[in-house]
Amino acid sequence: MIETRGFKVFRFFGLAFLSLVVVVPLYVVLTTSIKPLADVQGLFTWIPSRVTLEPYVQIWQTVPLASYFKNSLIVTISATVLSVAMAVLAAYSLARLRFKGQRSFSLVVLSTQMFPGILFLLPLFLIFVQIQRTVGVQLTGSYLGLIITYMTFSLPFSIWMLTGYFASIPKELEEASMIDGTGRLGALFRVVIPVAKPGIIAVAVYAFITAWGEVLFASVLTSKDTRTLSIGLRAYASQQDVYWNQLMAASVVVSLPVLIGFMLVQKHLITGLSSGAVK
Amino acid sequence: MTVNVLPPATAVEDLPPDPHQQAPLEPAKRKKHRSPLAYLLVAPAALAELLVHIVPMVLGVWIAFITLNQLSIANWVNAPFVGLRNFVTALDPSSPIAAQLYGALGRTVLFTVIVVAIAWSMGMLGAVLLTSSFKGRGILRTLFLVPYALPSYVGTIAWAFMFNQRDGAINRFLVDDLGILQDRPFWLLGGNSFWAIVIVTAWQFWPFAFLMLLAALQNIPGDVYEAASLDGASLWKQFTQITLPMVKPANAVLLLIMSLWIFNQFNVPYVLFGPASPEQATLISPLIYQQSFNNWNFGLGGAMSVMLLVVLLIASAFYIRMVLPKGQHDD
Amino acid sequence: MQTKFRWLAALAVGALSVGSMTACSASGGSGDSDTITYWASNQAPTVEKDAEILQESIDRYTEETGVKVDLEVIPWSDLYNRILTAVSSGEGPDVLNIGNTWAVSLQSSGAFVPWEGDALDQVGGQDRFVQSSFATGGAEGQAPTSIPLYGLAYSLYYNTAMFEAAGITTPPATWDEFVEDAKKLTVDTDGDGTIDQWGVTMAGSSISNNSHQAFVRGLQNDGALYDSDGNPDFGNDGVVKGVKEWVDLMAVDKVVSPSDAESVNGSDMAATFADGKAAMFFDQAPDANLAARDFTDYAAAPVPMESADATGLLGTQSHVAGINVSVFENSDNKAAAIDFVKHLTSDSEQVYLNKSFSSLPVVTSAYDDPAFQSDTIKLKQVTLADHAQPMPLYPSEGQMETLVGTAIKNLLATAAQGGSVSESDVESALEDANSQMSSGQ
Repeated sequence: MIETRGFKVFRFFGLAFLSLVVVVPLYVVLTTSIKPLADVQGLFTWIPSRVTLEPYVQIWQTVPLASYFKNSLIVTISATVLSVAMAVLAAYSLARLRFKGQRSFSLVVLSTQMFPGILFLLPLFLIFVQIQRTVGVQLTGSYLGLIITYMTFSLPFSIWMLTGYFASIPKELEEASMIDGTGRLGALFRVVIPVAKPGIIAVAVYAFITAWGEVLFASVLTSKDTRTLSIGLRAYASQQDVYWNQLMAASVVVSLPVLIGFMLVQKHLITGLSSGAVK
Repeated sequence: MTVNVLPPATAVEDLPPDPHQQAPLEPAKRKKHRSPLAYLLVAPAALAELLVHIVPMVLGVWIAFITLNQLSIANWVNAPFVGLRNFVTALDPSSPIAAQLYGALGRTVLFTVIVVAIAWSMGMLGAVLLTSSFKGRGILRTLFLVPYALPSYVGTIAWAFMFNQRDGAINRFLVDDLGILQDRPFWLLGGNSFWAIVIVTAWQFWPFAFLMLLAALQNIPGDVYEAASLDGASLWKQFTQITLPMVKPANAVLLLIMSLWIFNQFNVPYVLFGPASPEQATLISPLIYQQSFNNWNFGLGGAMSVMLLVVLLIASAFYIRMVLPKGQHDD
Repeated sequence: MQTKFRWLAALAVGALSVGSMTACSASGGSGDSDTITYWASNQAPTVEKDAEILQESIDRYTEETGVKVDLEVIPWSDLYNRILTAVSSGEGPDVLNIGNTWAVSLQSSGAFVPWEGDALDQVGGQDRFVQSSFATGGAEGQAPTSIPLYGLAYSLYYNTAMFEAAGITTPPATWDEFVEDAKKLTVDTDGDGTIDQWGVTMAGSSISNNSHQAFVRGLQNDGALYDSDGNPDFGNDGVVKGVKEWVDLMAVDKVVSPSDAESVNGSDMAATFADGKAAMFFDQAPDANLAARDFTDYAAAPVPMESADATGLLGTQSHVAGINVSVFENSDNKAAAIDFVKHLTSDSEQVYLNKSFSSLPVVTSAYDDPAFQSDTIKLKQVTLADHAQPMPLYPSEGQMETLVGTAIKNLLATAAQGGSVSESDVESALEDANSQMSSGQ
């Protein structure tokens, strides 16, 4: 694009506006998390009267964040891996193979996005209890139930995105590989998946974010030993007495892992999306 | 350019991704693709969907036809079947519950339109501006994605803190720092509460639009713009005549998926207002939650959800027919 | 690439098996006959503190009986939905705490063991308990499915220094005196033209606080939320008058800061009070909260009534607040569960627990303990005995709280934004809530 002076001025103001919109709430969170208690009990101040890391120390004592952290990692990573694996297989089948019921499968998957999520809560719980009674596999209060739930939450969008991605990969690549004697599956794992790495990363990030921050289902599907970080954060906010500096410090702690992970892969994310879903 | 804009629902319908490749395919070859492998690959996802989405959804639909309240909930399998009574209660124009439902429905449509418009515009602005290269571009791109990566709960809590009438950052800025306003407005009560959920939701969703549009813009070859500007086309003209048409397929999907997510928005009002939203800000999902969980009337909540599902299905089907290029959906 | 796939597959399988392994160990607890599970509510400043206090009591129980108790303290934000899912699925704890206003709703689900016959005898019979607290356990004429555990009641808390400065010698006994005193206490102390000390602070956005006020102020004005047949009747003159009195504090008397319309809970009130921004407020047990803020210049008094010598329903100063405890019908080990409830309601544990949570014992004999001789405790004891009524004992009570509490929240929001709230506004808001109630049934 040829950049005129006017465009550059416009770009400056446009980006300044967007940055401000993003930064102000983040600034509020970060500065509040390093304020002493007295600073957060009256009118908001833009600059802390003094900087203290006490809130970051105190949060570990008020709520057992460390064990919640472990639970969140187990649940989120498992759900992400499983979700991506399933989405890859299903999307490949949708993009490359033909089967009866293909259209209805896709339609049904899309329609799950049209039902109010909260209405799944009670039925899902009832079904989980029914299963654990008949099969004996504990699904409520355990990691497993939450993993299955989260892995499925991100499936529809992931399948949709990866289907687009796989479809955009030239068929010749696989055909060459299949002529070499590998079957369909071989072609999928040797050719398609490596080529689709950016798309898979994009989907994994989405699945991770979806699972990491979920609150409502975690609140009924976990017990004290399996509570996740976001539940811990909410327990924090519903405490008798809310110390905003600690709450914000806890928010930072909860957000940090997903933000760092996100930054590490964001380059792939955009390439992934650009050749997949949006093409 | 490959136009593969449909969600799997329709895009993949018996259609190789690239129409150009369709011709050479022999019937025999087509047949070969119809293998058990296809089912095997879809099976895990289908099973998970069945367990977590489909069966609960069917159960949810069934609940719409029974009376499920505190008397029957412990033995829900035998809860009394009441036919369409829940639907009648929810739709009967003379009942206050129907009035609430219609009010919430209209409000949610308005909410969705406004939030999608804001999120899309900001996302587009960011994407267009970050497509040109300059110093600091990578940092800004990362920064813009932060609200999306942030757990929704954290973002909303931060805004709730800022919206506080007496001590919050927003009134501090408007009243104490700038002095534009004399009285401290309420953001979480009354008419402003609607704008509070609009602002928070748009803040959380615009990076998603930004991400998708940025990705779409990567696919537009730079020389198209060069040719256009050599022809003397203004930047605005380049935007409307090149950029917009080129991202149209991506847009079609982005708008659909964002609208669905925003229409069913629950977390933001729940965290901002607790279980009961102010009248002026009651969206459909929180209303259904209130009927089901606060009022122990799961049948009514179920009926409302089913109607919502039907409305969204029709709207989506209509949208897919309207927006997507001909020849894509009816193979 | 093969190796990459293997890695992926291994991880997936690993994740699954980790999940199911922990699942197995988690399910081990409830099936064990020597272990019962107990869901407790959040009474202390933090959930961790709750666990610490309760564990001490549980340890004594385990030592005595050999039965282990698997304790889970559940935050208020989750407790209700956890109970709901437990009731509907039959998959829950053996013993659990409930807010006593949920008692009748949950009773009608049939999910809890009724306290009658042997079960009631085991915990020492009905007569041991504070009668008003015991009455919250279930609908009238039916065996209760919960028995009280902790007792609470509203009092008027006031800033003694501010009262002195305003020349008020005795706390207000009638509502008129209360409003008058509140006006005296609403002042612009630094003379900058804006009021910085308000007469009263309230939690205007708290659904439950608002509904409690509607209940108490309504009864004082001879209006009940339900008629004698048990049908909701929110729009009657007494309730309208009572709610109007409450809303008027902000709308007409201007003794409550408009900002309070946004205040969500008791700790907001305690904070405002401790900061010296308000002179009075109604609350159940703010002591720990105020102590945490190093605030001691306060005293408690009975909630003012329409006339100083009102008795019976007209003399209602509080609903019977508190926490009850229930045994789950699906429990594998009801005997142990009931035995554990006996432990929690025993004299010595009542002293220990209520002392730790700054609440009131629910068994009369525990009041002899030196820990409960303070003026505030004595005051609340009198309130619970003579001036408290259980919230309406109908299954739709929870729905009533939501609808009435929300209606008042909206009225206060209107007042806070400068709107006027007339008697007919109050009436139509309450009538509207009432009609939602009846059409939803």
